[in-house]
Amino acid sequence: MTDTTDTGPVLAADGTPLKKSLSRALRMQKLRALMLIAPLLIFVLVTFIMPIADMLFRSVENQIVQETLPETVTALASWDPATGETPGEPVYAALARDLKVAVAAKTHTRLGSRLNYEKTGISSLFRKTGRKVKKWDLTKDAPFKEKFIKIDKDWGDVGVWKTLKVYSPKFTNGYFLNAIDMQKGLDGAKARPENQQIYIKLFKRTLFMSLVITGTCILLGYPVAWILANLPMRTANLLMILVLLPFWTSLLVRTSAWKVMLQQQGVINDVLVWLGLVSDSGRLVMINNQTGTIIAMTHILLPFMILPLYSVMQTIPPSYVRAAKSLGATNWTAFWRVYFPQSVPGIGAGSILVFILSIGYYITPEIVGGTTGTFISNRIAYHISSSLNWGLAAALGSILLAVVLILYWAYDHIVGIDNVKLGG
Amino acid sequence: MKLTTTLFATAALAVSTGAAISESHMAKEMTIVSWGGAYSNSQQKAYSDPYSAMTGVKIINDESSAEAVAKLRAMNEAGNVTWDVVDVVASDAIRLCDEGLAMEINADKQLAPAPDGTPASEDFGSLRVSDCFIPQIVYSTTFGYRTDMVGDTPPTKICDVFDTKKYPGKRALEKRPINNMEWALLCDGVPKDKVYDVLATPEGQERALAKLDTIKKDVIWWSAGADTPQLLADGEIVMGSTYNGRLFSLIVEQKQPVAMLWDAQVFDLDGWIIPTGLSPERQARALDFVRFATDTQRLADQAKYISYGPARKSSAPLVGKHATLGIDMAPYMPTDPKNAKNTFLYNYEFWADYRDDIDAKFQAWLAK
Repeated sequence: MTDTTDTGPVLAADGTPLKKSLSRALRMQKLRALMLIAPLLIFVLVTFIMPIADMLFRSVENQIVQETLPETVTALASWDPATGETPGEPVYAALARDLKVAVAAKTHTRLGSRLNYEKTGISSLFRKTGRKVKKWDLTKDAPFKEKFIKIDKDWGDVGVWKTLKVYSPKFTNGYFLNAIDMQKGLDGAKARPENQQIYIKLFKRTLFMSLVITGTCILLGYPVAWILANLPMRTANLLMILVLLPFWTSLLVRTSAWKVMLQQQGVINDVLVWLGLVSDSGRLVMINNQTGTIIAMTHILLPFMILPLYSVMQTIPPSYVRAAKSLGATNWTAFWRVYFPQSVPGIGAGSILVFILSIGYYITPEIVGGTTGTFISNRIAYHISSSLNWGLAAALGSILLAVVLILYWAYDHIVGIDNVKLGG
Repeated sequence: MKLTTTLFATAALAVSTGAAISESHMAKEMTIVSWGGAYSNSQQKAYSDPYSAMTGVKIINDESSAEAVAKLRAMNEAGNVTWDVVDVVASDAIRLCDEGLAMEINADKQLAPAPDGTPASEDFGSLRVSDCFIPQIVYSTTFGYRTDMVGDTPPTKICDVFDTKKYPGKRALEKRPINNMEWALLCDGVPKDKVYDVLATPEGQERALAKLDTIKKDVIWWSAGADTPQLLADGEIVMGSTYNGRLFSLIVEQKQPVAMLWDAQVFDLDGWIIPTGLSPERQARALDFVRFATDTQRLADQAKYISYGPARKSSAPLVGKHATLGIDMAPYMPTDPKNAKNTFLYNYEFWADYRDDIDAKFQAWLAK
């Protein structure tokens, strides 16, 4: 009798405790499972996680000043910009030593273009100074202060030294401040002059237009998906190809086609003039503005709305609506109270897809957006490929990523992510 | 003994830098990056084809010049530079040189002298705006207009672009401050030699934007060189700025009712750079190619296919007729005296300093 209440460990056949032996067997299984997904995991890590981490890092990284001018940065630490006077000879001497090394390694021009983002003129200041410093003798040519100011009077400008001091730490929030139309100073951040503010406006515009595009996609996509879901299979498949066909065409071709359609001498305007609806001098402006972007992007993103809607609607039994009607509901009540609530998960999935895709869209707004229809991504592209201000581009990208994550979180709280369905 | 060694070494150095390193020490394959379209085509015929025929080198073409600076920087960071010779505009060459991404070239040692023996540095003259830059062509950004949309008095002055009463209709301008700001100031009464002084001040920048404001609602902003020719061909715009070679092909090859407005054309340069970080074999090959492709005859040859002016003084007299159309090319060159009555030279130094600042203001103004 007492045997059954024995609390000693349960043993496996080979005498080891069962718990241990079980966990060993499971560990092997887990390891095997991990090995199976390893290729995918490594792929995601290398192509997705690492670039994003790199981008986040670049948006705060600012080691170039310390690496190029180490002695100057140390010497500048004791300089008080509040006095309104330029630093003393030791700082200039340190700068001469640093630049001598930098010119030999040709890194001074690089620092010049980095600091030119913050203060206009530093780029040529460093290039010009570099050419002269090359010929200096560090021991014989001292003192240097006068010499620097002789090369360019900007070296006697407190503003240049302030910029150097503000951007001397290894990490900076300067890029993020730039990305929200502010600028970094010694006494904290302040708003940029109004004629340089653009990013907040573009963020707002991007969000607003993405919402509008999502809305128009719902309005246009819902009836199409309903028809597809309620037609016999054979016809539905045929119509489905019509939905998918544009999907398989190159994005550039579709966007350029809209250009031909929408421009003032384009197909739509020609037809309207021919019909006499608009006069020849009053042709509609439908492209190179917000209208153009909304029309072209709605068309391009429509399949992303129709497909999830269609697959959700297919699973709604038609008998429900019939039952509602037989119980006395009008057509509208039957649709609104019975059918529509069941299709909401499809709308949710479609909206998330369309919204998130459109928030990062680049090529279509660039081609048909003109000046009022461009997105924040167009500025990011400019800073990546044209101005080479990768830090600012990274900061803008990070903000965009954060906005998307916050919206996703809000969506999860309000609608619930379980309520999203991509299919039956 | 010592003297002979020195002499010998000097001679060897002269041979290696002057003539060429022997073929066996050069890569057998190279990647040339350029702009694509008619421009790449002209380079293919004038440089690449003859060079391949001469040396048997396999040439791979890449059309990435528009993003060359960003891509080269990324390649350099990744430690894997796959390009050997890159065609860029002069301002990009200056930036690549600043960033240490392009190698410095000693013009007199590494480039061919003119046929009469003039050293390359003199032959290129002031067009070598950076130590890394090997000039190739002079092009200009200028206006084209629809001859059937301007009535009996076609535009002759740059300021006609700003006159929407006399020439109603849309205009196309490039979606960046460069050139547009200068033209705006010129037409606001600033003398040509003062334009950059005025543009360096915040008031001057406001003034240029205020002038552009007067035509803002009539402007279509372009970002690709092919946009304006297309808009002109469609009759969407009455006039627009673009590169003169694009207008040449629109007018002469496609025979559209378009004419050139050369007034206040802005000269700019395009040329080669060689990236840093190449293996010795590849670098030797790149240098050999560039030496061949920028000699006097080759530069003149390119002008047979496209209406851009050769960058060497010694090439100018050799410019002849179009290769297939048989027309005289000289009247279509931006450097032709008749076209170059009133020209404007892109100020590289100014824009290297002010680009970020003025671009921020320009974009904020555009988005208003």
